Amino acid sequence: MTTISDPPAESFKLSMLFYDTRYRAITFQIIALIAFLTLFGWLYMNTAHNLHELGKDPSFGFLFQPAGYDINQTLIEYNNQDTHLRAAFVGLLNTLLVAALGCITATVIGVLVGVLRLSKNWLVARLMTVYVETFRNVPVLMWIILAMAILIEALPPPSAFRGNDPSSSMLLFDSIALTNRGVYIPEPLFSRPLGNINVFGAFDISIELLAIIVVLGGSIWVAKRIGRRADAEQNKTGLRPRTWPVQTAVIILPIVALLAGLGFHLGLPHLKGFNFDGGTHLRNSLIALWLALSLYTAAFIAEIVRAGIMAISKGQTEAAAALGLRSNRIMSLVILPQALRVIIPPLISQYLNLTKNSSLAIAVGYMDITGTLMGITLNQTGRELETVLLGMIVYLAISLLISGAMNIYNNRVKLVER
Amino acid sequence: MKKTVFLGALTVAALAAGAAGAATLDDVKARGKLNCGVSTGLTGFSFPDASGEWQGFDVAMCRAVAAAVLGDPKAVEFVPTTGKTRFTALASGEIDMLARNTTWTLSRDADLKFTFTGVNYYDGQGFMVPKALGVTSAKELDGATVCIQTGTTTELNLADFFRANNMEYEPVPIETNAEAQQQFLAGACDVYTTDASGLAATRATFENPKDYVILPEIISKEPLGPLVRQGDDQWADVVRWTENALVAAEELGITSANVKDLASAPGDNPEINRMLGTEGDLGAMLGLSKDWAVNAIAAGGNYGELFEKNIGENTPIGLARGLNALWTNGGLQYAPPFR
Repeated sequence: MTTISDPPAESFKLSMLFYDTRYRAITFQIIALIAFLTLFGWLYMNTAHNLHELGKDPSFGFLFQPAGYDINQTLIEYNNQDTHLRAAFVGLLNTLLVAALGCITATVIGVLVGVLRLSKNWLVARLMTVYVETFRNVPVLMWIILAMAILIEALPPPSAFRGNDPSSSMLLFDSIALTNRGVYIPEPLFSRPLGNINVFGAFDISIELLAIIVVLGGSIWVAKRIGRRADAEQNKTGLRPRTWPVQTAVIILPIVALLAGLGFHLGLPHLKGFNFDGGTHLRNSLIALWLALSLYTAAFIAEIVRAGIMAISKGQTEAAAALGLRSNRIMSLVILPQALRVIIPPLISQYLNLTKNSSLAIAVGYMDITGTLMGITLNQTGRELETVLLGMIVYLAISLLISGAMNIYNNRVKLVER
Repeated sequence: MKKTVFLGALTVAALAAGAAGAATLDDVKARGKLNCGVSTGLTGFSFPDASGEWQGFDVAMCRAVAAAVLGDPKAVEFVPTTGKTRFTALASGEIDMLARNTTWTLSRDADLKFTFTGVNYYDGQGFMVPKALGVTSAKELDGATVCIQTGTTTELNLADFFRANNMEYEPVPIETNAEAQQQFLAGACDVYTTDASGLAATRATFENPKDYVILPEIISKEPLGPLVRQGDDQWADVVRWTENALVAAEELGITSANVKDLASAPGDNPEINRMLGTEGDLGAMLGLSKDWAVNAIAAGGNYGELFEKNIGENTPIGLARGLNALWTNGGLQYAPPFR
């Protein structure tokens, strides 16, 4: 009989934490963690102590006091007796507005420029190179200020539209006014409005808008169903029934009927007092910021698009051509779907950059969250720490939301590995 | 991750707060220089001249304090601040005092934890419009576009004024006076509003100052004065009494021209003797040298001289003394007794 003796069980000694490679890595991590927490704990205590010494204990109570200041561009109802919190919310919506407009425009311009930069036309390709290099290599703040200066100096003031022989006139049958205070365009109005729904006692949502969205969404869904039925028909019989007249009618007729029912008409801007009255007022601050951010970010997006397209091997194009596809079909069916996989991840960070760059809004007096919460509210209440922390959380949340949404999209278009 | 961001912000605040709270007078003496916050540029009040030297009414206040404390009116480091950055700069200890046409209000005094040491200019908010607009009263401004410096009391006064008069307006927020000028001159706003003194100063720099009028309405009280951090009473006293010395000097007829003579030997007026240190030692009570007031007055002159030189009727800005005349001439400038 043989006895197999186990090696004697090693008893754990404290020194093993350092000398035994099995434990050492963990030991050092724990030490680092403790040091890290101590450092931040000390900073936190020090801050709290110093603030207490100054008599400025952190408190968010100021958010519920009347703001007292006015904001020019408000997407929700706001007056100077509303709270600082609501003023911050107005600023947040303004940030989201310019970020959304900017992302859309930047993508459109960026894709266009990126594709054109690969054009075989020498002049077009060089022009796009010049555009990309000038916009990419100058800080965006300069572009914002330049855009604003051009808008202010180049366009006429509203007073130039006045008098018997005005030096400026409105465009497109007197419906659009370009002034150095902004662009006035016709606004949609309803002579038989449905009223508003109040949400949480804080915001009003117009029922007309909801109705339009519901009707449009419904008609598009029906049109898609018709298209899908046609697909099934085509698969079965090989012949595709003609659907576009029905589809167009399904989309257009209900919305026209709804608009007619609501008494839809356009409110044209007209001179009244110091300014134009009526119409939608796109302020110069918004236009300058939007324009500069889009053009700047588009230069980066163009390079990303170009890189994405060039990452697809030439063999793909040749193979598709060999199958008899025309060049625009090659681009849309073969190259772009594959290029998107390369394009989207860096595109996400460009969207994030654009959103964060919109905090330069104060340079042109655009009242975004930096201008309201971290600008005027900070100044009037003297709550630097609280407002800046809130602002950081807001930007963090916006950025995480954007990258979350874009990641979902990325997962849908990325190569499915089997 | 969120936690790191949160604590990162605290770090900045911790470093900033750590600098405040010490005895400012000792700091200034040890440093040999006064850090004084001024505006980024407002003709007559604080602006760098052609040779880069800071000039103006607020700047003179800084120089007087530097002269009183350090004996040298040039020992000042001027820190340009905007309406938005000024309080943070003072609270964090980046500057020792702020002389930037800042309005004394209760919330700034009590909530922001500052001490206003006095009023060096009694002002009020006004409106400037182009003459061509044909407006003669602020009550006619319904619907106007108004350029306004953001982060100031004027912003709140403006909101109050238009609300009280049931009028509407479109605010165009602007960061600095220079940007406001650009927008106003281009006609991007109908009205520019700020303190009446600031309007006069701004108008003086226009190519055609005569084409613009300042409307008669003054919609607020704007007592402007230097301020320091709350809790350092000794330093507050130094700034307060330097200012008082300048006002008292005008009342007692002490000017930059005769101050050296008067200080060379005790004269007939005991108050002058006490102030200039030829009798007793008031300077020691403030923690300053005996000739502190002599230096302060010699730096630029008494209150009246500073006013006339920088913003008075013979300058392009052309402000009348008005409320800022001495109390003996029907104004509000009044210095407590030196004894």
